[in-house]
Amino acid sequence: MNKIIDAWHSDLAWNFRNSPVAVVSFALVFVLVLAVIFAPVIAPHDPFDPSTLNLINGFSQPMTPNTYTGDVFLLGSDDQGRDVFSTILYGMRISLFVGVFAVAFAMILGITLGLIAGYVGGWTETIIMRIADVQLTFPSILVAMLIFGIVKGVIPVEHRDQMAIWVLILAIGLGEWVQFARVVRGATLVEKNREYVQAARLIGRVRWVIMIRHILPNVLSPVLVIATISLALAIIAEATLSFLGVGAPPTQPSLGTLIRIGQGFLFSGEWWILLFPALTLLTLALSVNMLGDWLRDALNPKLR
Amino acid sequence: MLAYIIRRVFQSVIVLLVVGLVAFAMFRFVGDPIENMLGQERTQEDVERLRSKLGLDQPFVFQYWKFLKAAVQGDFGVSYRQGRPVAEILIERAPSTLELAAVSGTLAMLFGLGLGVYTAIKRNGWVSNLIMTTSLIGVSLPTFLIGILLIYVFSVELGWLPSYGRGETVTVGSWSTGFLTSSGLKALILPSITLGLYQMTLIMRLVRSEMMEVLRTDYVRFARARGLRESAVNFKHALVNTMVPVTTVIGLQLGSIIAFAIITETVFQWPGVGLLFINAVQFVDIPVMAAYLMLISVLFVGINLVVDLLYFIIDPRLRANGVGAH
Amino acid sequence: MTEPILSIRNLVVEIKTRHAILKAVDCVSYDIAPGEILGVVGESGAGKSMAGNAVIGLLSKPFSVADGEIWLKGRRIDNLSREKMRRLRGKEIGVVFQDPLTSLNPLIRIGDQLVETIMEHLKLSKKEAERRAISALEEVGIPAAAKRVNSYPHEFSGGMRQRVVIALALCAEPSLIIADEPTTALDVSVQAQIIALLKRLCRERGTAVMLITHDMGVVAETANRVAVMYAGRLAEIGPVRDVLTNPKHPYTDGLMGSTPAAAIGLEKLRQIPGSMPRLARLPKGCAFSPRCNRATDKCVQDPPPDLTAGEGYAACWYSLKTECTG
Repeated sequence: MNKIIDAWHSDLAWNFRNSPVAVVSFALVFVLVLAVIFAPVIAPHDPFDPSTLNLINGFSQPMTPNTYTGDVFLLGSDDQGRDVFSTILYGMRISLFVGVFAVAFAMILGITLGLIAGYVGGWTETIIMRIADVQLTFPSILVAMLIFGIVKGVIPVEHRDQMAIWVLILAIGLGEWVQFARVVRGATLVEKNREYVQAARLIGRVRWVIMIRHILPNVLSPVLVIATISLALAIIAEATLSFLGVGAPPTQPSLGTLIRIGQGFLFSGEWWILLFPALTLLTLALSVNMLGDWLRDALNPKLR
Repeated sequence: MLAYIIRRVFQSVIVLLVVGLVAFAMFRFVGDPIENMLGQERTQEDVERLRSKLGLDQPFVFQYWKFLKAAVQGDFGVSYRQGRPVAEILIERAPSTLELAAVSGTLAMLFGLGLGVYTAIKRNGWVSNLIMTTSLIGVSLPTFLIGILLIYVFSVELGWLPSYGRGETVTVGSWSTGFLTSSGLKALILPSITLGLYQMTLIMRLVRSEMMEVLRTDYVRFARARGLRESAVNFKHALVNTMVPVTTVIGLQLGSIIAFAIITETVFQWPGVGLLFINAVQFVDIPVMAAYLMLISVLFVGINLVVDLLYFIIDPRLRANGVGAH
Repeated sequence: MTEPILSIRNLVVEIKTRHAILKAVDCVSYDIAPGEILGVVGESGAGKSMAGNAVIGLLSKPFSVADGEIWLKGRRIDNLSREKMRRLRGKEIGVVFQDPLTSLNPLIRIGDQLVETIMEHLKLSKKEAERRAISALEEVGIPAAAKRVNSYPHEFSGGMRQRVVIALALCAEPSLIIADEPTTALDVSVQAQIIALLKRLCRERGTAVMLITHDMGVVAETANRVAVMYAGRLAEIGPVRDVLTNPKHPYTDGLMGSTPAAAIGLEKLRQIPGSMPRLARLPKGCAFSPRCNRATDKCVQDPPPDLTAGEGYAACWYSLKTECTG
């Protein structure tokens, strides 16, 4: 078993070394994730600490000393004198945090429901898969918006801003579980009729446990591919929701929120407030997406 | 065939009932309707009176039934935020969204089909490769960024096209249209490109891959071997067979254009149903959200049904078996 | 001797792979006379279908005609333009593919498929073309043809579909038919019917037939002459009776021994040891030498003589009927 896994890994590694797109995407993702982790160290300012802000520094151009204070901002500053570079680092933190947790949530939910549907069968399966089908006909961003709106309605007003990030994770996660469930259900249906499962029952072992231990390795590669592509989708979904004003609150701005803020300065000529967050989002989403595309081709699981 | 249609209609009704249940649950349990309607100064008597007036003291199923009956008659309650009947607001807003969706849907379908077929036939041409590479970036670009980019280029830098609103509209009956004024048409350009681009890319990539599959089949080879013209082989034999799997997706894509209009309408401050919905989500205006949910479900379920029936027209094998194979 | 319908001279078909250029068909020559059925036999990958595809000008991407000439009724056709070649297909050369289930476009009525082929090649009105379509179906033995023209392919059985395919190949009265494994996908009982049909049509119309098959039994029953191919080269060619009863090439001999129908009367089914080498790993001398029980150093070192000597000879240093010279 270990040997198989090793071979699989080395095959993948070879494929990786020979795909420039994969290497570049991976490098970009790696750098961005590092930047996110060490944001407090890298960022010149803490954009959320009002004491470090100076309103006179507002609207400083990138790389140009401010006319009044002489402070230099790498990527310029916004209307409140916050360093754009720092806000991007912290914004990307929120974006990635939401994306990763939303995908993790979708993955756990999807795998669980897929296992149940495949294993139990009957009415349970019909109901789960019908819900999946119906949900699949609706764009997941719409599902996320609705869930966001509903949950926001349930939470008391005073807690709304604090909970917003978790609501986002829930909303986006609930919009993405279907793909995981489908793959896992398919694999479960195949495994269910294998001899070892039947044999396990004869010797009185718990079939559940055995099956999960056999199924999970089998679905590892498709799940990995779906998770990577879902991560790109989740990052874009989060940015879209925040851009629309139904996502991350202004107190915890994500990249989408920053773009929403920056859009207001498009006409007045402060292009850097919009451009740099937008470019960061693009780079992040595109490189994760490319990585997912490459993974799908490299592992070549039967995905539709 | 009739049995199949009846079964599909039956399934559609069930889906709508479930969505109605979700909408009703939102109404009933998200926030307290009494609180929303009465405000701060209220007596216990007021509460009781309103409860029985709204029927909140009646059994759940009965309330649900009443809710559905009202919804079918077009009564979605009163918007918390605007204090007007939701149906009235929706009717007012619908034309602008429908016009936007119609234009971008047509664009997406025409260009998606055309480019998909082109890139499938000229598989290795450099134009095809260019189109395919561009489309890959197009798929990963968030819609709102495309909108902002277009605004920046065509409104801010070039100043050719308006960056927000519908321009002048003319009211024909109860329908306000932007098709009849030049400023209305100009205002349509950027939003409809923004909205249609993503769908176009999806349709194009799908048409291309399906068509390439079909071009490899024996009957296409046989059509060539019979000496038919390339145009007949491509546009008659290959395209008809491509359309079978593509129809569903195109149908669903056209449906989701209405949903994706939310994003485009926000970017361009387009006064449509999508902007109404996003404002409702921001302010937790439940009746508007519920009404939007139900309308969009009717739309999706309707499109699904129409697409299924279209199969019967396109594919004779289904007509014979009466069972959906797809 | 009458002028042959088809004449292939020193045909070479190459495959361009990343590593090398391989010869899928290597210096093959044969003629087919009017009303004659030439059986082309060999294992899969022996290049027999490639030669057929080269004749109809439908070699696809990595394959191309690198050398040699193809003559049809005294006219050279391998250097025709794509458009001229297309007009020839269906009109002068009819093609029947292996699998009747996939050869017909499932979404188009068979009548329409016939009419489009007829109208493409013959100057007929739609009405005349429809009449001709019906008579073409009658000719291949489809009962109630006038009614069945309006049917879709899925409404026919496999054997009936192959009759429709043959009708399609014959409807513009070509002088040559290339039948590529026309019976392989059919039931044994239906195979005999289709063979009988081909033979009858060939006899009545004087059509030449290139019958590509791996089945010696079919060849024995149908063909006048037979060409045996091995690893892209012609191993042996001659009248069926001679080749089957007195094979000159050890490969043909082995092939006969491993065919159940031909092995009746022999003590047991013989086998050819090993399998055909891949084109990329062809031996230096005779391609068959690694499997040949008569091979000598000469066979391993030098390629066997070409068949330029003509009928009745085999591409072998030690033809079974000639004395050893080495």
